[in-house]
Amino acid sequence: MILSVQDLEVAFRVGPWFDRRTILAVARVSFDLSQGETFAIVGESGSGKTTLAHAINGLQAISGGEVSFMGKKVEVSRARAVQPLRRHMSMMFQDPVGSLSPRMKVGDLVAEPFVIHKIGKNLKKEVQRLLSLVGLPGDFADRYPHQLSGGQARRIGVARAIALDPKLIIADEPTAGLDVSVQGEVLNLLNDLREQLGLSMIFISHNLHVVHHVADRMAVMYLGRIVETGSTEEVFRAPAHPYTATLLSATPNPDPDKVHDRILLSSEVPSLLDRPAGCEFHTRCPWVQQRCFNESPYLEGGQLKRVACHVPLEPGARPPPKG
Amino acid sequence: MNVLEIQNLNVAFATGGGFLRALKNVSIDIPEYCIVGVVGESGCGKSTLINSILRLLPENGSIDTGSIQFEGRDLAQLNLSQMQGIRGSRISTVFQDPMDALNPVLSIAEQMLHIQYRSDLSRKKKNARSIEMLRRVRIPDPESALKRYPHEFSGGMKQRIAIAMAMMMEPALLIADEPTTALDATLEVAIINLLKELQSQIKCSMLFISHHLGLVAELCDEVVVMYAGEVLERGSARQIFHDPWHPYTQRLLDCDPASQTLRTRHLPTIPGEIPDLRRDQEGCIFRSRCQFCEEVCKTVPAEVETEGHHVRCHRLFQ
Repeated sequence: MILSVQDLEVAFRVGPWFDRRTILAVARVSFDLSQGETFAIVGESGSGKTTLAHAINGLQAISGGEVSFMGKKVEVSRARAVQPLRRHMSMMFQDPVGSLSPRMKVGDLVAEPFVIHKIGKNLKKEVQRLLSLVGLPGDFADRYPHQLSGGQARRIGVARAIALDPKLIIADEPTAGLDVSVQGEVLNLLNDLREQLGLSMIFISHNLHVVHHVADRMAVMYLGRIVETGSTEEVFRAPAHPYTATLLSATPNPDPDKVHDRILLSSEVPSLLDRPAGCEFHTRCPWVQQRCFNESPYLEGGQLKRVACHVPLEPGARPPPKG
Repeated sequence: MNVLEIQNLNVAFATGGGFLRALKNVSIDIPEYCIVGVVGESGCGKSTLINSILRLLPENGSIDTGSIQFEGRDLAQLNLSQMQGIRGSRISTVFQDPMDALNPVLSIAEQMLHIQYRSDLSRKKKNARSIEMLRRVRIPDPESALKRYPHEFSGGMKQRIAIAMAMMMEPALLIADEPTTALDATLEVAIINLLKELQSQIKCSMLFISHHLGLVAELCDEVVVMYAGEVLERGSARQIFHDPWHPYTQRLLDCDPASQTLRTRHLPTIPGEIPDLRRDQEGCIFRSRCQFCEEVCKTVPAEVETEGHHVRCHRLFQ
């Protein structure tokens, strides 16, 4: 096991000093990741995906629980202890162009991880090797980020992430904002590198179709909690949490004749400042029952899949008629 | 009857590196009460197309030739004040980011009054109409929503308000420019359903711009496929999604992970890049990336039409 996340909690303090409140952006999240495995985290905006990624990488202070990577604890407060770990755990940030300094040339950007970790190598040669690994011509080293297209900037992000031969890559929405043809290129590249280098990957996305193709296992997050997790195939075949089923039914398909049998949610996502009691999905759940109002469900199940729901759905379940 | 007819539209930008031909011989018809989707990847000219219709091109851009017929007038020939009479009342727009469309320092009520400046109704009646519109886009408690400011609403609610404002004057044509890109999947579907419902109630036509093939398939009656400033294929949604003729359309549909029903680690791609539009392109614009490229492709293919399905490709003659 390369990464283990146990009961992870991240809290933010918000509001002015006279009305200080705490919100839990990530609430008791646990999962393990083994060597060579791809784990996807899906959920809508505000569900805590990115905060979780930052906490794993030691970029975000955690308020409870534990992250251990290669057997060592990751803690923000011990920056010196975390930095050597980051050599083996690299991060691809969400905005491809925004995560590259506009004043640095591509060559320097790709060489930056070596400089930061004080690894004396033939930098010019390394840059050329990495650029060819991500499928870019060597003369790109002299370009500036604004001269790159979105897909090329993404490739530079990948080159930086794999520069130090990491064990784990955390990719935060690696294909957001890319065209479909380029999206395939970036995903194939990540997948080839994963096979070549034996990488593990945490793949954060809101695109379920993409997750279906790239991930071995996945977790669905709602209001900072994992509501369903398991093997990707199993979750797609038989979504047991009403929220997962809703997400799956909402994804449009490029077929004009497809009959959409959608599960529609009545209200919007509740505020993290005002978490609902009981099951936190009960305010929107079409299958809601009496016990859901005050009894919180636990993440339960077997090896293949676990779900946090009092009445897990059967495959193909339809919402009961209203009223 | 067509609400909007674009014929042989050519738009160019003067740039440091020479003239950039952003739209080349673009022809699109938008029939009455019809939703036309425009799909294509970044740089294909989707935004230039909208800005040409609304005559909002930046200063270095100009419509060189071609016409945009709308309600008996050629929009390409109108002056600024004539255009202002059309924007917002006959043609209105919903943009990608609702915050761009809403003024953060004015209440919703004031903004909705401003939109109705052409109407002679009393203030009270205008407000009643605003409430009616907010109700139609399913804003809960519309009376109190009017008194609030944009930042008090969630992203999905803001986009609903922007749609209410766009539909307020009952335009003949609504242009929706990637209206759901900033929203989550569950909201995306709700907004699409809402647009479809309002479009059929108000009986307007809609030009729906998106790179999301699934949404276009679901919402649109007709589809236009653009690439590097040219229309390569257009036809009914069924023709485009079930029986695409142009190699680019075929590849584009294959690339969508949603169309791969079997789990695969290797997704299809379109190798190569969009050509540099500042240089004169010879022949078929997709030539450099096309797997079927031949000698004949060095000449410009003519547009061929069969039962409303238009396509520009030499392969159809063989």
